[in-house]
Amino acid sequence: MLHGMARALMGSPGSRTVLRVQARTAWLWLAVVGAVLGPSPTVAAEAIQLKPVAQGIYVYTGPHTDASDSNLGAVGNVAIVVGEQSVALIDSGGSLEFGLQLRAALEEITDLPVSHVINTHVHPDHLLGNGAFAGPTVEFVGHRRLGAALAARAEFYLEAGTRNVGPKFAGTKAIGPTLEVADSIHINLGGRVLKVTAHATAHTDNDLTVYDRRTRTLFAGDLVFVERLPIVDGSLKGWLAVMDDLRAVPAVRVVPGHGPASVRWPSALHAQERYLQALLRDVRIEIAAGGTIENAIGWVASEERSKWVRFAEDHPRNVTASFTELEWE
Amino acid sequence: MLELRASIGEREAMRVAVTTFLLAMAVGIPAWGATEDESRWHDLRESLFGDRQIHEESGVVSLEAPYRAHDAALVPITFEAAFPQTNERFVKTITLIVDENPLPMAGQFHFTEASGWAAISTRIRVNAYTHVRAVAETNDGELHMAKRYVKASGGCSAPAGKDPEAALASLGRMKLRRSDPVLWGEPNSAQLLVSHPNHTGMQMDQVTRHYVLAYFVDSIEVHYGDQPVLAVESNFSLSENPAVRFHYVPDGPGELSVRVTDSDGEMFARAWSVPGSVAKAPVGEEVAPVNPVQ
Repeated sequence: MLHGMARALMGSPGSRTVLRVQARTAWLWLAVVGAVLGPSPTVAAEAIQLKPVAQGIYVYTGPHTDASDSNLGAVGNVAIVVGEQSVALIDSGGSLEFGLQLRAALEEITDLPVSHVINTHVHPDHLLGNGAFAGPTVEFVGHRRLGAALAARAEFYLEAGTRNVGPKFAGTKAIGPTLEVADSIHINLGGRVLKVTAHATAHTDNDLTVYDRRTRTLFAGDLVFVERLPIVDGSLKGWLAVMDDLRAVPAVRVVPGHGPASVRWPSALHAQERYLQALLRDVRIEIAAGGTIENAIGWVASEERSKWVRFAEDHPRNVTASFTELEWE
Repeated sequence: MLELRASIGEREAMRVAVTTFLLAMAVGIPAWGATEDESRWHDLRESLFGDRQIHEESGVVSLEAPYRAHDAALVPITFEAAFPQTNERFVKTITLIVDENPLPMAGQFHFTEASGWAAISTRIRVNAYTHVRAVAETNDGELHMAKRYVKASGGCSAPAGKDPEAALASLGRMKLRRSDPVLWGEPNSAQLLVSHPNHTGMQMDQVTRHYVLAYFVDSIEVHYGDQPVLAVESNFSLSENPAVRFHYVPDGPGELSVRVTDSDGEMFARAWSVPGSVAKAPVGEEVAPVNPVQ
């Protein structure tokens, strides 16, 4: 009776597959609208600092804070890779306004066009600046599961952005992938080939990494956190497994999703691995003892408290996520 | 044997609450306010219990909930009777109410003597700062209430699941963790986990502008042998992958059986032998010992 009512009000149950197909089409449509309307031409380059970290690679480093008016929602790192014919952007910040300022800063560096915007995962600080780069010749590259994750979360993220960033969030849209990566693909920027790899569920269920062989630079997205406490929004065990895969990447440096612009590889992984292993170990102890989530929050991995920014804010949710994952073991 | 299912009147009340919520969504009535007042409760109280007297904080039922929740989509709560179930005195039903949720009636938990102890731990969604209430009906027909104020918001409209593909693959899987060793003739604790997205229907797909279909566990029945132990009628107020810790009284070796239905009419059933043996448990899952109840 209830589900009959729900169906009547919310669409027929047989339409799930159809909705998925429409979703694809609509993402394309949003991108086209962005291109037609175009970003505002009057934006001045403000305080966005792009730090060179290797030949043709520039990084904006996000602050370890919540999204706000002063950071325009861009609390994660953003990287720019300049080839001989075009430019790839790896993540785009947390609002249209940030994206526009980023574009202005980028135009100070090179006249080459942006051909690819690669979104490392669904979180808003990594892709809500996409709108500033939309155009008929720009590919938005994402994990094959990014579109679905964004469809499910976009409303929530756009509301949160409006609330946290304020009026400067105006015009921000959620623009999903036009090029989906199921395994790995290569992107040629002219004389420079980026390898984009889709991963199994880890930080989220839609994580991508990018590797630039020329400079041996790994762009890890939020699969690597430095300084700021890692967030488990996918699978703790999955993340630890993906870290084992990543360790084999022959990079000399990593641009983490959060943290300094460039960190030595693979030692950049050490702190994160220590924290995630402590979560795994302690939550398993709590579960084996028949304990509860509340109790686990009180003590699990507490020796890590002083070693991270935002431990108090984000650690309890990591414990909860880990507990509800590991209790199925 | 006690009648475990809710009366027609109770089921009707639940149905009306669900319908009202869905209609409210359809016509765009905004979310209810988030004040610490009791105004919403006055209406709820009347629709759920009429003019029956409700004894507040009378020591019959207690409720534990965090004052400030870390995750509004997963708020751990415990409610329990102050005494064990006996023929003379027992709790028939505990109704869980979250005043400010779109569906305030979060669930009804029906017990028997075979439950041993009317005590439940579970995890719920909380959509706005709210009172959470446990109203226990004892066998003498009296109503007793415990309440707590919980600061959390957005639990019903928060984005669904971390990994929808994995969730779909494990839909209906169950896990039972029970106290070990088994105490014959006494209340033993067990926790049931049911893999189910328990979608609220309040998450909008930004592209299609359609809401994700509400899809949730609507009943859980637990028997020990042929004795009913627990019957739960609920909805998406329970968190994703519903978890319910309850009690049962095994009078001798037997089988705990669980039957779960969801809002799409799917039925999932499983049974676990007690005290259990490695040979009878499927490999790699299902029976894990937990500490005995003190």
